[in-house]
Amino acid sequence: MWTGEIQFGSVKLPVKLYSAVKDKSIHFRILDAKKHEPVKQHMVDAASGTVVEYHDARRAVQVGKNRLVILDEDELESLEPESSREIEITRFVSPDAITHQWYDRPYYLGPNGDTGTYFALVQALRDQGKEGVARWVMRNKEYVGALRVEGDHLMLMTLRHADEVIPASSLPAPGGRDVSKRELEMAHQLVETMVDEFKPAAYRDEYRDRVLELVDAKAKGKVLRMPKAKAKKTPASLESVLEKSIAAASRGRKSA
Amino acid sequence: MPDTNENEVHEPTGGRPIWSGTVSFGLVSVPVNLFPANRSGKVALHMVTEEGTPLARRYYRPRDDKEIGSDDVVRGFEVKKGKFVVIEDDELERLAPERTRDIDLKQFVKADDIDAIYFERAYYLAPAGAGATKAYKLLARVMEDEQLAGIATFVMRAKEYLTAILAENGILRAETMRFADEVRSPAEIGLPKAMKAKPADVKRIVASMKRLTKESLDKRELVDRSAQRLEALAKKKAKSGADVVKVELPEEAQQGNVIDLMERLRESLKNAS
Repeated sequence: MWTGEIQFGSVKLPVKLYSAVKDKSIHFRILDAKKHEPVKQHMVDAASGTVVEYHDARRAVQVGKNRLVILDEDELESLEPESSREIEITRFVSPDAITHQWYDRPYYLGPNGDTGTYFALVQALRDQGKEGVARWVMRNKEYVGALRVEGDHLMLMTLRHADEVIPASSLPAPGGRDVSKRELEMAHQLVETMVDEFKPAAYRDEYRDRVLELVDAKAKGKVLRMPKAKAKKTPASLESVLEKSIAAASRGRKSA
Repeated sequence: MPDTNENEVHEPTGGRPIWSGTVSFGLVSVPVNLFPANRSGKVALHMVTEEGTPLARRYYRPRDDKEIGSDDVVRGFEVKKGKFVVIEDDELERLAPERTRDIDLKQFVKADDIDAIYFERAYYLAPAGAGATKAYKLLARVMEDEQLAGIATFVMRAKEYLTAILAENGILRAETMRFADEVRSPAEIGLPKAMKAKPADVKRIVASMKRLTKESLDKRELVDRSAQRLEALAKKKAKSGADVVKVELPEEAQQGNVIDLMERLRESLKNAS
């Protein structure tokens, strides 16, 4: 667990950082196809295929087409950020200024001693309806983040850096003919039958369960029954498909 | 060797869509291609030899350290220490054939109601093939008008994602989200329960906040300073001519490749009919 100190103006608040998420993905290993043993991986000279040990590898930056400049140890060291415990808040903005496309990884912050100031900051952010823009160095890496209130607590959301997000406004809207008024009305009607509250717990990673079942069955030498894919019919006109969808949706509502 | 996540093995995509399939609502089904909505920074460190030849990662047989090609490896799950069950690609696909090909929107929610903690990564959807565009535009228009997000789960690269489909600027975007059991709660972490703040403390904090408050965020505040320092150093050194090497870089390692992927997305949106 990492500890730091939020700083802005006269405010100093020592905090502890906790990951707000846990990775539950299934991790596979890469095996030799014949013996089913985990493979080793080496870095090799891409041209000759000769293995290069990690400590013999150099680091380089591309400075033009097919041009690299090699950096030496001292130069790489000079680039490292100065290690610090400070989480500097550089700015407060309204929450819409940072859309979730910038979000990378959420961390909960807990008080590290000064609980009074911790909940005063929660209150202040909530009263003002603001988020802080934060910069800090953690484990030798520089981060930008958003300091926000999540429930009753502080959250530090790491953000992607400028240029790493492709905004929708930089892309052309799809071409082609416009949709008709009738189609639009029907689509609205159809979508409205499906509007509900967001209940994240209603969704489960069933695929993860299925993969584990498959592993289990195979380990026991059994054969797992696989679901059959339903064949999709090619739709007729968009309007008639919408019509059928609305009819099906309202039947579903009545029987529910 | 560290545990290798299969999901990361096949990067990068070399200009191809990351996923192809359909987005459905009701009985309407829209063929789409997914492209990443994020890109890595433009400056990166490459691993090279003393002479500057780029390094590549290769597989080796553990018994005799003999190199093996990417066709001679399989994916395995460790059931006991040192005992693996091999899982084939087509088995993974057959586990959930529908969700592997279709993002079926069964529920629409107010886009603002989705808590920030769930969002993970964004992909743009481009209509794929003739006839896809009309239904695509229709879905985008309805969701944008009503500020809705369509919710579904789908399988991409052997992993299921909870996803929200959103529309902005007439373009559909898939935001993969964490499942509820992948999110930790303050109680689980052991954070203290909320307590009432002293008004004087709040006042002092608000005063400091106000001096730093701005309406909007200048994107320059999100600049990657480490990357900037790296670029500046590389440029300076390149100018001096020291340690500059000419090499043949493979196509996917070229700097412009990121742009190509965006170009592909741009083209598929523009040429949609």
